[in-house]
Amino acid sequence: MIHVRGLVKRFGYTVVLKGISLDIEAGESVVLLGPNGAGKTTLLRILATLLKPSAGRVTVAGEDIVRHPQAVRHLLGYVSHHPLLYPDLTARENLRFYAQLYGLPEPDARIDELLERVGLARRGDDLVRTFSRGMVQRLTIARALLHNPPILLLDEPDTGLDPQAANMLARLLQDVAVEGRTILLTTHNLSRGVDFARRVVVLAGGRIVTDRPTEGLEVQDLSRLYLDAVAQEAA
Amino acid sequence: MRFWSAVWAIFWKDVRAEFRTKDILTGMLVFAILAVLVFNFAFDLRVERPQTVIPGVMWVAIIFASMLGLNRSFILEQDRGSLAGILLAPVDRSAIYLGKVLGNLVFMFAVEVILLPIMVVLFNVNVLMPSVLLFVGLGTVGFAVVGTIFSAIAVNTRAREVMLPVLLLPVMVPVVIAAVKGTAGILDGNPLSEQMGALRLLIAFDVIFLGIAFLTFDYVLEE
Amino acid sequence: MQNKKWGWLELLTVLAAIMVAVNFYVGLIYAPDPSNLQTEVTRKAQHIFYYHMGMNVMAGLGMLVNFIGSVLYLLTRRRFWDAVARSAAEIGVLFGIGVLVSGSLWARPTWNTWWTWDPRLTTATITILLYAAYLMLRNAVEDPDRQARFAAVYGTFAFISVPITFMSIRLWRTIHPTVFGGGDPAAKGAFALGPHIRFAMQFSSWTFMLVFLLFLVVRVRVALLEERVMALRQQVDAQLSRGAEVDPMEHAGS
Repeated sequence: MIHVRGLVKRFGYTVVLKGISLDIEAGESVVLLGPNGAGKTTLLRILATLLKPSAGRVTVAGEDIVRHPQAVRHLLGYVSHHPLLYPDLTARENLRFYAQLYGLPEPDARIDELLERVGLARRGDDLVRTFSRGMVQRLTIARALLHNPPILLLDEPDTGLDPQAANMLARLLQDVAVEGRTILLTTHNLSRGVDFARRVVVLAGGRIVTDRPTEGLEVQDLSRLYLDAVAQEAA
Repeated sequence: MRFWSAVWAIFWKDVRAEFRTKDILTGMLVFAILAVLVFNFAFDLRVERPQTVIPGVMWVAIIFASMLGLNRSFILEQDRGSLAGILLAPVDRSAIYLGKVLGNLVFMFAVEVILLPIMVVLFNVNVLMPSVLLFVGLGTVGFAVVGTIFSAIAVNTRAREVMLPVLLLPVMVPVVIAAVKGTAGILDGNPLSEQMGALRLLIAFDVIFLGIAFLTFDYVLEE
Repeated sequence: MQNKKWGWLELLTVLAAIMVAVNFYVGLIYAPDPSNLQTEVTRKAQHIFYYHMGMNVMAGLGMLVNFIGSVLYLLTRRRFWDAVARSAAEIGVLFGIGVLVSGSLWARPTWNTWWTWDPRLTTATITILLYAAYLMLRNAVEDPDRQARFAAVYGTFAFISVPITFMSIRLWRTIHPTVFGGGDPAAKGAFALGPHIRFAMQFSSWTFMLVFLLFLVVRVRVALLEERVMALRQQVDAQLSRGAEVDPMEHAGS
């Protein structure tokens, strides 16, 4: 589904990604871990076509992300800690706006269904600025699922949420993953990452330092693995 | 078809959100009126023929009020990170540009709709003639066309609020001159047919820079 | 970098220096006072023209090369074209100011004023402000790729706006002499072109074009070297922050 070959990204004179190669098959759920500045967000933003690679080749469902970004954009849902919503519009207006951008033919039924699903059916006509952080983040998930994308990119979706809201978000993501979507998630919450994903990739200093299945991996193992990998990169 | 529906979506989203809070609109309007009043104190507009100074006062008020609105156009998107949401969608970058231009135009026209009658009342000069409105319209389009793309540039610089006027004003000189000249000619009682030079210049400016903005806007948004 | 003592750049430098020196002789001594001007002072002041026009050639070339560099950068994304555009803008602004100052010195005896809101003067001033804004924009963007992109877009707008600005300002009348075959009766200070004056003008144009070329080449080289230094410094910083040994020789050759 996602194929990355020798991906390099420079910002000015700083090299953030130093030759990443990664294959993610359809239906796989992968958690991407790494310290701040490791390049997790950059990698996700490149996959989401928000950044252009400096070198290397990335294809999503067979489409090159640089040459055919529009085709790729149809296939992606993206959630970050920025809600990408307009506080002065209602939840429904926000979703209708994005439905129009994605060219959905009959958006209203889909919008109702999604609002129901993320538990905001009764708040659909309230301004987003009146929402709590957790509600905003649930609406963000609804926004990302609007065009029913086969791939979801989640960049620290639980940052800034209280535990209850984070639990709710995790359940929602679990549901979504069951539907056979390909999911790439970054998080600082190791235990939730292990619970959620079948494969863990650790990124440090712009390189992939570990790539293995989460099966049989306890949180303590993962935490040791993570720290070792990061220390190794630093040496 | 997809292109225009995206233009409409972006336009409608901006207008809907802005008319709900009216934060920027009221700011622009109050600023424009204050500018007119300050000119009144500074130059004592009770001169024998107010027509001679009104075009300049009117355009300075419009220009600086527009600058406030244009500045906010991308700053709001940038600060909330919501521009990324639009960029994620399978939408041509030029549709984003055009939607933003139309939104900015509506805000600028909204301010002018209130500002011009106020000027009629304050200075007893009829600026609500169709031919004056033609110049106001074309000049405003010029500001929106160039101002929108420059505001997308300025928002990514240091000292971004200062950057927009510095970038915009020297490019806008032809619009300022042609608009002031045309408006003055008509207020002096000359027919529109004598202002064709200014009119043609405004139209040429709007068309040429709309074309260049279309060609270059992709480069502004790409990272 | 290069070990040979005399490259083409050195030759260009020496040639330009000789031309500049000869050009002072040609403009101030060889060229005769134009006979059709009324007073002694205006006849002498006319010699400023050879340098006024020469700097104008440089400023104009600066804007043109900036435009070419900007468009080619957007099309090719080669940092070289960005360096060309930036260097040309700097030279253009510097000599644009020279045009205004020399023009003022000439205008004082000829038109009896330092400054007039004539289309050419006004356009020149606004053009300089445009490119000053261009340089300010560059200065206000940290990331070099983004800086180059924004600057190229702005450079394109700036260049295309210059003729439109000129046309708009011509909605007013002019008193600037149209030196080349202009028949405007309102123009003051126009002078007849004899063969010697013509030669002096041409010589001055060639001199300043050569100086422009020299400045451009040197400035582009400096700009590219600056980029290399920044890149190396970043690499060294990155290695230091990882606590690794830095071997300066490893990078010197890369």
